[in-house]
Amino acid sequence: MHAKLMALAAAVLLLAACSSPPPPAAPGPGGPPGGPPGITGGPIAPGSQQDLAATAGDRIFFNFDSSEITPESRQILQRQADWLRKYPNVSATIEGHCDERGTREYNLALGERRAAAARNVLVAAGIPAARLATISYGKERPAVVGSSEDAYAQNRRAVTTVN
Amino acid sequence: MKLRRLTLLGMLAALLALGPAAHAELRIDITSGKVEPLPIAIPDFTGSGGDDSQAGRDVAQVVSADLDRSGLFRPLDPHSFIENVAGTDAQPRFGDWRQISAQALVTGTSKTQPDGRLRVEFRLWDVFAEQQLTAFGYTTTRPNWRRVAHIIADEIYKRITGEDGYFDTRIVYVSESGPADKRVKRLALMDMDGANNRFLTDGSSLVLTPRFSPTAQEITYLSYARGAPRVYLFNIDTGQQEAVGDFPGMTFAPRFSPDGNRVVLSRAENGVSNLFALDLRTRRTTRLTSSQAIDTSPSYSPDGSKIAFNSDRGGSQQLYVMGAEGGDAKRISFGSGKYGTPVWSPRGDLIAFTKIDGGSFYIGVMRPDGSGERLLTRDFLVEGPTWAPNGRVLMYFRQAPTDSRGRGGSTRLYSIDLTGSNQREVITPQDASDPAWSPLLR
Repeated sequence: MHAKLMALAAAVLLLAACSSPPPPAAPGPGGPPGGPPGITGGPIAPGSQQDLAATAGDRIFFNFDSSEITPESRQILQRQADWLRKYPNVSATIEGHCDERGTREYNLALGERRAAAARNVLVAAGIPAARLATISYGKERPAVVGSSEDAYAQNRRAVTTVN
Repeated sequence: MKLRRLTLLGMLAALLALGPAAHAELRIDITSGKVEPLPIAIPDFTGSGGDDSQAGRDVAQVVSADLDRSGLFRPLDPHSFIENVAGTDAQPRFGDWRQISAQALVTGTSKTQPDGRLRVEFRLWDVFAEQQLTAFGYTTTRPNWRRVAHIIADEIYKRITGEDGYFDTRIVYVSESGPADKRVKRLALMDMDGANNRFLTDGSSLVLTPRFSPTAQEITYLSYARGAPRVYLFNIDTGQQEAVGDFPGMTFAPRFSPDGNRVVLSRAENGVSNLFALDLRTRRTTRLTSSQAIDTSPSYSPDGSKIAFNSDRGGSQQLYVMGAEGGDAKRISFGSGKYGTPVWSPRGDLIAFTKIDGGSFYIGVMRPDGSGERLLTRDFLVEGPTWAPNGRVLMYFRQAPTDSRGRGGSTRLYSIDLTGSNQREVITPQDASDPAWSPLLR
């Protein structure tokens, strides 16, 4: 009787083992070379730029000719500050950018003002200033090409980049 | 000296008269709006064959092109010439030149000297008065022949307009290539007619806004070399670069003072941009503005006593003038829209600027007190005027819009007369922006 129970138990276990789905493959590099386009990717490293972007959002946007931090931007920056607190060894550079509808030197200054505005919110949220640098690219590095209001709105930005 | 314009009536009178006619002095008044270009004949400078004849052709060609490009002269087609000019020693057969309606004639020679250098001589003639107006001779090394041609064109221009010319000059600018979101920018230097173009940087660092020193031997500009935007000096002869000053943080928008001893620039600190001057001899820094705003794009008056600059201290981007040591700044721009990039004319009488109003960009000029605002050109994006040394011509850049696929965006240099006419593209090997015009090289 005991052996029959054991056999039944073994069978149930075997059945269970067979019916449970195989463990999911860890995300790895893409498909075989030369084959159809694979899916590239990998684990998002904690404390990385991708991690910041995924967790908090790595950029805030500005109205035309303005360096004012909108309420929405303020929320994003608060989340960035939380994230920066979580990774105290991470230092970052905040890039300030403008759209193309201004003169070159004034835009360099405006980009710097945007970056400084974002930085000040992070510092006020408790992140040590020494961890945060700023750099302005004026209108030199658009994120989105095109002379449209849509592109301009995406180019008027301050981007927090992990060093 | 009283300038009288050669009127159509005067021309007719001269043509109808027998022999040399009494007529208006051969002059172009370039301040009086659109001018009928003066027909001028420039036959090849004669040489005794071989290299000399080639040099003679080359010099005449460059002189012709300069005068034509000014919009004030109309060099006549050499195929229409009747007289075969044989050097500068003989009197021209003026009747032959009157017959093809030339009002001015240039004759010249080019001759290799025993020491191998090139000697070029020219005479400028008033065809109707049958008189020589001016004559000069120059000796130089052969590779310098273009400069001689530009100097000759400047002499002709000056004799007939009464104004200094601007042909013996160079342009430093930013040469651009690549897609709009990955633009490669290099400093480039060329003669004002586009010849002798060469690149000064290799494009590995973003470079912007180069300006000449008063001797044209040095350039100051903004570079992102070493990762941070800073002002540098570049020596054209030695190729040496050095950072200007020891400022923490971003420095940008540099210009030399008229005596070449100082560089004035913007320095950004925690979002505020103020103007500073650095003495290149003592290395001492002077703070010129302390607003809580953006103060940038400084430009000295030619006597060095004042600085025009761009500021939003009043709430919007406007033009201001203050003393060269700082102090009270007076706003001078009051039209609708925003103003930027003020540049003081080498004559001291006007300030050129970029204006943005109603979605369009403009290049304009105003007097240093802000009066007499006049817009010269308008487009989707025109920006960054720079003055020719005679204060009568401006160069700027024009950028076309880009579509969502990144097509378009062509960026080119243009020149335009102060009167708003004679707008022309300046030919460069790639796209181009941020032009700066040198003083006369002599």
